[in-house]
Amino acid sequence: MASHDPSHEIYYVPPQSKWPIVGSLGLLVTVFGAGTMMNNMSAGSDGGIGHWVLLAGLLIIAYMMFGWFSNVVTESRQGLYSAQMDRSFRMGMGWFIFSEVMFFAAFFGALFYVRMLAGPWLGGEGHKAQTEMLWPEFEFVWPLLQNPDPAIFPGPTETISPWQLPLINTIILISSSVTVTFAHHALRAAKRTALTLWLLLTVVLALIFLTLQIMEYIHAYNDLGLTLDSGIYGATFFMLTGFHGFHVAMGTLILSIILIRVMKGHFTPDNHFGFEAAAWYWHFVDVVWVGLFIFVYVV
Amino acid sequence: MSAVIDHHHADHAHGPAKGLMRWVLTTNHKDIGSMYLWFSFAMFLLGGSMAMVIRAELFQPGLQLVQPEFFNQMTTTHGLIMVFGAVMPAFVGLANWMIPLMIGAPDMALPRMNNFSFWLLPAAFGLLLSTLFMEGGGPNFGWTFYAPLSTTYAPPSVTFFIFAIHLAGISSIMGAINIIATVLNLRAPGMTLMKMPLFVWTWLITAFLLIAVMPVLAGAVTMMLMDIHFGTSFFNAAGGGDPVMFQHIFWFFGHPEVYIMILPAFGAVSMIIPAFSRKPLFGYTSMVYATGAIAFLSFAVWAHHMFTVGIPLTGELFFMYATMLIAVPTGVKVFNWVSTMFRGSLTFEAPMLFSVAFVILFTIGGFSGLMLAMAPADFQYHDTYFVVAHFHYVLVPGAIFGIFASAYYWLPKWTGFMYDEVLAKTHFWMSFVGMNLAFFPMHFVGLAGMPRRIPDYNMMFANFNMVSSVGAFMFGATQLLFLYIVIKCIRGGPKAAANPWEGAEGLEWTVPSPAPYHTFTTPPEVK
Repeated sequence: MASHDPSHEIYYVPPQSKWPIVGSLGLLVTVFGAGTMMNNMSAGSDGGIGHWVLLAGLLIIAYMMFGWFSNVVTESRQGLYSAQMDRSFRMGMGWFIFSEVMFFAAFFGALFYVRMLAGPWLGGEGHKAQTEMLWPEFEFVWPLLQNPDPAIFPGPTETISPWQLPLINTIILISSSVTVTFAHHALRAAKRTALTLWLLLTVVLALIFLTLQIMEYIHAYNDLGLTLDSGIYGATFFMLTGFHGFHVAMGTLILSIILIRVMKGHFTPDNHFGFEAAAWYWHFVDVVWVGLFIFVYVV
Repeated sequence: MSAVIDHHHADHAHGPAKGLMRWVLTTNHKDIGSMYLWFSFAMFLLGGSMAMVIRAELFQPGLQLVQPEFFNQMTTTHGLIMVFGAVMPAFVGLANWMIPLMIGAPDMALPRMNNFSFWLLPAAFGLLLSTLFMEGGGPNFGWTFYAPLSTTYAPPSVTFFIFAIHLAGISSIMGAINIIATVLNLRAPGMTLMKMPLFVWTWLITAFLLIAVMPVLAGAVTMMLMDIHFGTSFFNAAGGGDPVMFQHIFWFFGHPEVYIMILPAFGAVSMIIPAFSRKPLFGYTSMVYATGAIAFLSFAVWAHHMFTVGIPLTGELFFMYATMLIAVPTGVKVFNWVSTMFRGSLTFEAPMLFSVAFVILFTIGGFSGLMLAMAPADFQYHDTYFVVAHFHYVLVPGAIFGIFASAYYWLPKWTGFMYDEVLAKTHFWMSFVGMNLAFFPMHFVGLAGMPRRIPDYNMMFANFNMVSSVGAFMFGATQLLFLYIVIKCIRGGPKAAANPWEGAEGLEWTVPSPAPYHTFTTPPEVK
């Protein structure tokens, strides 16, 4: 294969596959279950069958992911993928990460809009004096501890100091970006033991980050009154850090699977896009965290 | 070389599978393209029947056929289905069918994901339509689903509406990633970027817009979900949030979205007009740059949808001028289309008729858009039927005529048969007259102050509304003729040559009609 002129390599078009339809079904069952559960809970009853439908949907998705990625791994190891195919995967992953960036941009945009424009207007700034008539007592400061209507949205008593757990978490996450890069260098130099150890260390750091993040949430809920329903500060705080935490959890899962594949002897020094995609994703969650640390915790 | 070709054939021996599972499990871009096109046409008829309900209710002043609650659900789901279910999937279907043929690629870059993109759509729209039968009814807050109408005051089914939007969004993002990877990575040797057909160019830019804004829409509906079920206050001022913030986030998605719906039509028309003028496209390079400029500007104009909501004067001015700036690259395009036709040897087959009507009527829609772009004037026009007239003029003779033109242009390539030209011309003229009768009077009632989204109206608007309704019924019924023409063309007709159009150029016309199940497994050489 290597002797082929790249322009004449065959682009692999896979045969029929059941995974797309399984995936669609899985997503449909998942969102139907989640919606039923949320509607029942908001109506005051328990989740009803929603929980179970949701669980079934998630299991179908897990089955699809496992099967689909197994197919891809097998095809890759059979040498069906040309250099051109590899470029398609790279573009696919790159643009997927760009779409994730835009998803976070919506929440960062909401945070900036509230802090720079909507909040001050609600406090009576600018020419919009009429907004002040709603809650004349309201003064806008950030972090917002006193909401316009504290009866509906009691504010938090305190916010989380950036220089304790969040700082530690920043150091951990940046270190994990470094360790995954060391793992990549080891892979390219065909040093399999070093690769395994650096990757293992990355996963351990990721798990520590997640544990600390959960501790921070428990502290916020139990001691600070900082909750999802504590007004716009809590809403932006938990949505940004929560979605980031969810992405870290997904990234940890991806890195763990890559670790298992490394231990099974997958990947060669020249051909390891699966590893690189996981590393790209990991750097992406790291960069988002730096944005979070600056704009949610510090500033 | 021949050994290589034989090898390719051995690799791709698998032709279409038999039975229903061919469509369910397929990885073939032509199968998937056909499914997209049929799905979008089904949604077009469904969303169209909702429009018929709306026009029937508005045939006369007073409430006669439906309750206002149901009328609201009809206006909302009509908009959602037409935008997300009819226009967008139709263009993705055209992209699937034609982009690999136009650039000499064996298939889409990621064929399995391609099928995933498609099969999410029936899931999304099944879920969306099921909300109409739920307790409290379906979405009734307008297709723009402004908070707090869509949060505090929404029916419980809004939860499923949100998830339907999520699914449709995932589908769009995967489809767009696939198109970008295909265009950037799978072009035949010699097919440089500036040799690409304009339909490929406009889709490349559209795909970029999709990846940039669909996640923002996902963010907006996720915030709604959190406000409704988990006590956050993104869109509730009592907790320090802001309902106007919803509009900002929505329109940051929504304005590029309107270009997502029109840019591929620009591309298709830019290929059809030269074919039937028997002249190369005038100003190819400027067309590419104009498309890029429109896409770039579309990110900086969103608040022109919100002039009356109370944004600062500097904001009004900025968004007013930025919006007017879009008229410049759009004007370049219209100029180029007209110049292409100038002194050409024109013939008026159905694709050309739809394309010429596209140029004229889209320009009318563009001009009414300029009127709406003027902030002080918009205070008068906002939320009137003038807005309805404006966006239907860009979407019906814009996006939808673009789709019809493309369908007639490429039907011989898809089916191997020529469509019935007389019936197709009838379809065009009935659509043209019906559409203008339906939407032109809306300008007048809008300027006179008739509000949109209301099931009843002042007696003085009665005559124009009756004309509108008659035109709408005519336009709606005519689309059944289109269905008949397409089925007739699939079942037979005069044999189509590989290139049935005298002036058409491009790689898609070098393969036989109908296009074989697998094309360009060995990339062609482009000079």
